[in-house]
Amino acid sequence: MHAKRTFPIARLALAGLALTTAFLSGCSKPEVDTAEVKTESPQESVASVTGQEPLKVGFVYVGPTGDAGWTYSHDKARQFMQAELGDKVKTTYVESVAEGADSERVINQLAKSGHQLIFTTSFGYMNPTLKVAKRYPDVKFEHSTGYKRADNVGTYFDRAYEGRYLTGMVAGLMTKNDTLGYVASFPIPEVVRGINAFTLGAQAVNPDVKVKVVWVSTWYDPGKEREAAETMILQGADVLTQHTDSPGVINAAEAQGVYAIGYHSDMSEYGKTAHLTATVHNWGPLYTRKAQAVLDGDWESEAFWGGFADETLSLAPFNDAVPEDVRSRVEAAKAALIAGELHPFHGPLNDRSGVEKLAAGSNLSDEDMLGMNWFVAGIEGELPQ
Amino acid sequence: MDPDLIANILYATIRTGTPLLLVALGELVCEKSGVLNLGQEGMMLMGAVAGFIAAYHLGDSGIGIVSALVLAMAAGALMSLLFAFITLSLNANQVASGLALTIFGLGLSSFVGLGYVGIALNGIQPWELPLLSDLPLLGKVLFSHDPLVYFSLAMAALLAWFFRSTRAGLIVKAVGESPESAQALGLPVLRVRYLAVLFGGAMTGLAGAYLSLVYTPLWADHMSAGRGWIALALVVFASWRVGRAVLGAYLFGLMSIMHLVLQGFEIAISPNLLATLPYLVTIAVLVLLSSNQARSKLFAPLSLGKPFQPGH
Amino acid sequence: MKLPLNIRLEARGERSRVMVWLSPAIAGLATLVCGSLLFAALGKDPLQTLYTFFVLPLSDLHGWSELAVKCTPILLCAVGLAICFRAKVWNIGAEGQLLLGALVGSWLALSLQESDQWWNLPLVLLAGAGAGAAWAAIPALLKTRCNTNEILTTIMLNYIGLNLLQYAVHGPLKDPAGFNFPESALFNDGLLLPVLAEGTRLHLGAVFALLAVVATWVLLTRTFVGFQIRVLGEDVRSAHFAGFRAAKLVWLVLLLCGALAGLAGVVEVTGPIGQLVPQVSPGYGYAAIIVAFLGRLHPLGILFASLLMGLLYLGGEMVQIELGLPLAITGLFQGMLLFFLLASDVLISHRLRIVRAAPGATTATVVSRTENLPIGVP
Repeated sequence: MHAKRTFPIARLALAGLALTTAFLSGCSKPEVDTAEVKTESPQESVASVTGQEPLKVGFVYVGPTGDAGWTYSHDKARQFMQAELGDKVKTTYVESVAEGADSERVINQLAKSGHQLIFTTSFGYMNPTLKVAKRYPDVKFEHSTGYKRADNVGTYFDRAYEGRYLTGMVAGLMTKNDTLGYVASFPIPEVVRGINAFTLGAQAVNPDVKVKVVWVSTWYDPGKEREAAETMILQGADVLTQHTDSPGVINAAEAQGVYAIGYHSDMSEYGKTAHLTATVHNWGPLYTRKAQAVLDGDWESEAFWGGFADETLSLAPFNDAVPEDVRSRVEAAKAALIAGELHPFHGPLNDRSGVEKLAAGSNLSDEDMLGMNWFVAGIEGELPQ
Repeated sequence: MDPDLIANILYATIRTGTPLLLVALGELVCEKSGVLNLGQEGMMLMGAVAGFIAAYHLGDSGIGIVSALVLAMAAGALMSLLFAFITLSLNANQVASGLALTIFGLGLSSFVGLGYVGIALNGIQPWELPLLSDLPLLGKVLFSHDPLVYFSLAMAALLAWFFRSTRAGLIVKAVGESPESAQALGLPVLRVRYLAVLFGGAMTGLAGAYLSLVYTPLWADHMSAGRGWIALALVVFASWRVGRAVLGAYLFGLMSIMHLVLQGFEIAISPNLLATLPYLVTIAVLVLLSSNQARSKLFAPLSLGKPFQPGH
Repeated sequence: MKLPLNIRLEARGERSRVMVWLSPAIAGLATLVCGSLLFAALGKDPLQTLYTFFVLPLSDLHGWSELAVKCTPILLCAVGLAICFRAKVWNIGAEGQLLLGALVGSWLALSLQESDQWWNLPLVLLAGAGAGAAWAAIPALLKTRCNTNEILTTIMLNYIGLNLLQYAVHGPLKDPAGFNFPESALFNDGLLLPVLAEGTRLHLGAVFALLAVVATWVLLTRTFVGFQIRVLGEDVRSAHFAGFRAAKLVWLVLLLCGALAGLAGVVEVTGPIGQLVPQVSPGYGYAAIIVAFLGRLHPLGILFASLLMGLLYLGGEMVQIELGLPLAITGLFQGMLLFFLLASDVLISHRLRIVRAAPGATTATVVSRTENLPIGVP
């Protein structure tokens, strides 16, 4: 919170309004249990953690649960956690919460109504989460994809780039034109990292491969994602992937008879012959672990960045079209990733213009990956700055 | 550029323009009768979800698809009936009611579609017209589309003829220009407007089904992603002429394809700035069209958006 | 099909003063009844759901302050739009004007981060309002010079404005220390609007919005310019005969609306958000169109309408949190309420009467004050 000046008169006026409503609400229907909502003091709301009351866990989603992409994957994980922990938890979600001024109100309302663990699942919720966390020091917050933490705010994300590297290998081996297509949303580090890892994975098995990138400037517009995929197919790409939320790219590949690789979830349903595999977020175990930690009273703020090693990430089953030798190479690379013998960003690495970004023999640090804003050689198209 | 790429771009242009054209044709008729319906997004989504659910249960080939398309049109028409009742019978403000219809449709479609997210269908496949589709270039561009593309063009031709050469077309125009005089001539103003609004709803519902059954055969919340608004602008852009609506829809389709294609040519412009291209072009073309004041005034239905109360 | 008995709407000679106040109540009642049925059909206790929707969000001081925060940008845009709509200038572009205000205001704020002068904040606010007005000047210019339809140009400019904002926040205005995420740096305290009540987010912008309501009321009802605007809205030709220059008025209403919407944008970034983000507005400019009409283009009506609209958002979140109702239901419910409100306004100018239908009664004849209008299928 920023220290701001206050005006007593306005506060009085507000108090008057509040009294009026309190009166009105008193007159109406008392049968609603508003006790938990009215807990003004955050300390009280946490008191129930130790009792038999279920742990209230709140989720703030950026899209509708029916978007078939990012939010869908989080909501599936919420249901997974609910099933795992049963009566011990009670989950609540608010969907399509705008990332501007609205999100702070929603997060605040969840904290206020007794939720002791709140997952905020989009980057734009970072500063609002921190502001609310300051007001509710005893409520635990988990923010996805961000970089700011506090004593009661942890961050979590998956090393999706590991999956990108492996699926890049699949693409590099399956392409006939040596041209891959990547439908991208916005040039933020998370997306850039994925494009680079995909390219490096493909180049590791096929040095001639080129990756075309088209920016659609939206996270979610199935029609436009499909259009972007088709323009790349026109330009010769024969294996596609996407960093947007809908399966529109898979639809395009299936219709045009080229291959595609999914993201977020197993999208094989949308392209039975086109869909080779997918990088799949697997938040369920993480959510269960975090909720259990709050139940056990040993939750700690951390920057969790999981990958294949802890099963926060997985690959969707291979399509029958993927030959055995491709599968075994990918599986071997996956084993090496898990064992720590392979790192997708291993030096020497140069950017598109040939400037060295990483010296030979070293791995890119987490911090450098977090803020990545350059393209590796082999990507066609400038990175918008 | 090589001819194949051009042919492919034009092919994609027609497909991208088709849902816009379907909505625009419906709205054009609606506005010709003097009613401004801003509820396209809501009606389109209802058409999309109704069509998808029907195709899922009835099968996505043959009879199943035809029934799905009919049901999508019915869903759009039902939504527009709600709008028509409020604005025509109860004289509510058309702009606000249309926006309310959009909010309502967003909610209703998402509610109805709750159990259908994550399901995939084969969708409607393109028809390769025999012989014609083998023509070099043109065969790909014009004769290898799905049936709805041909339907939209046939409908455009039909409407052009309707407004040019039929008495009914004249009546719609008369009602849109001056409902008072139309009524004095004994024309059923409200009935004409009801029918025009219903037609608009049905066409918009069909456009929704185009998204959920042809373009991306799946259901996802809010999958229309603002296309209804663009189609609305198209009608104005077309200055209420059918031929221009067809051109406008394809021009807009071309623009939205080109801003993606241009990225493939390594043009170092921010994609956000490139994305403004279709809108800038629309404004530029509109300015050119409307600069000739006397002409453009002829095309806008004079009573557009104004409530009509018989005898008031 | 002709029924022997028919409910008819009959035009009143003049607007009913009672119904001006009563019709929203009737709409409210209809919403409560239909909403109850809807919620009951979904297996939720209707009373509890309605209570959670409308009363619970305002059960304490904090709730009221949040309502004010939510309403501020909607209200600023809506009064501006009302001025335009009164003059029959169909500005759909408050959204774009708001975004430009936020963009330019943020740009100035970020370049003033190092300085510590008292006039920085007023300067930023002025820049935002100016930018909104400048964005609205484009359709004004095109309309007055080229006769270009403003509905279309303002819609297009909304999209262009949004893309410009996206460009800026992904590019030049990005926080250099922000790991390349598309957000600006947080503004310094001196560039933030003062909070009016400690512990809440209620900020000075709410006062601006109230002032805008009063100023608009004065402008529309107490000044000659307001009179000219109303005449222009009634009939362009009579405005012409009266010697008003329509073009000048078109410029005036669009610039005023643009400035108010731009102010709304800069108030959002210097108020509750505190930085420039890609999603400054969840469609405030569009919500404001509904609010302007719900409020019957009258500043006081718009104040009430914006409070209702804000409450609908807050209540929608509340039923998700408290009762687990999906967002889809709240959209349905909101749409229903808006329909009822818009429809019931017919009672101001008409009365309901049950009459025996005379043969051929549906074919109305021209211009007679007591002409009947059948409800339902014509």
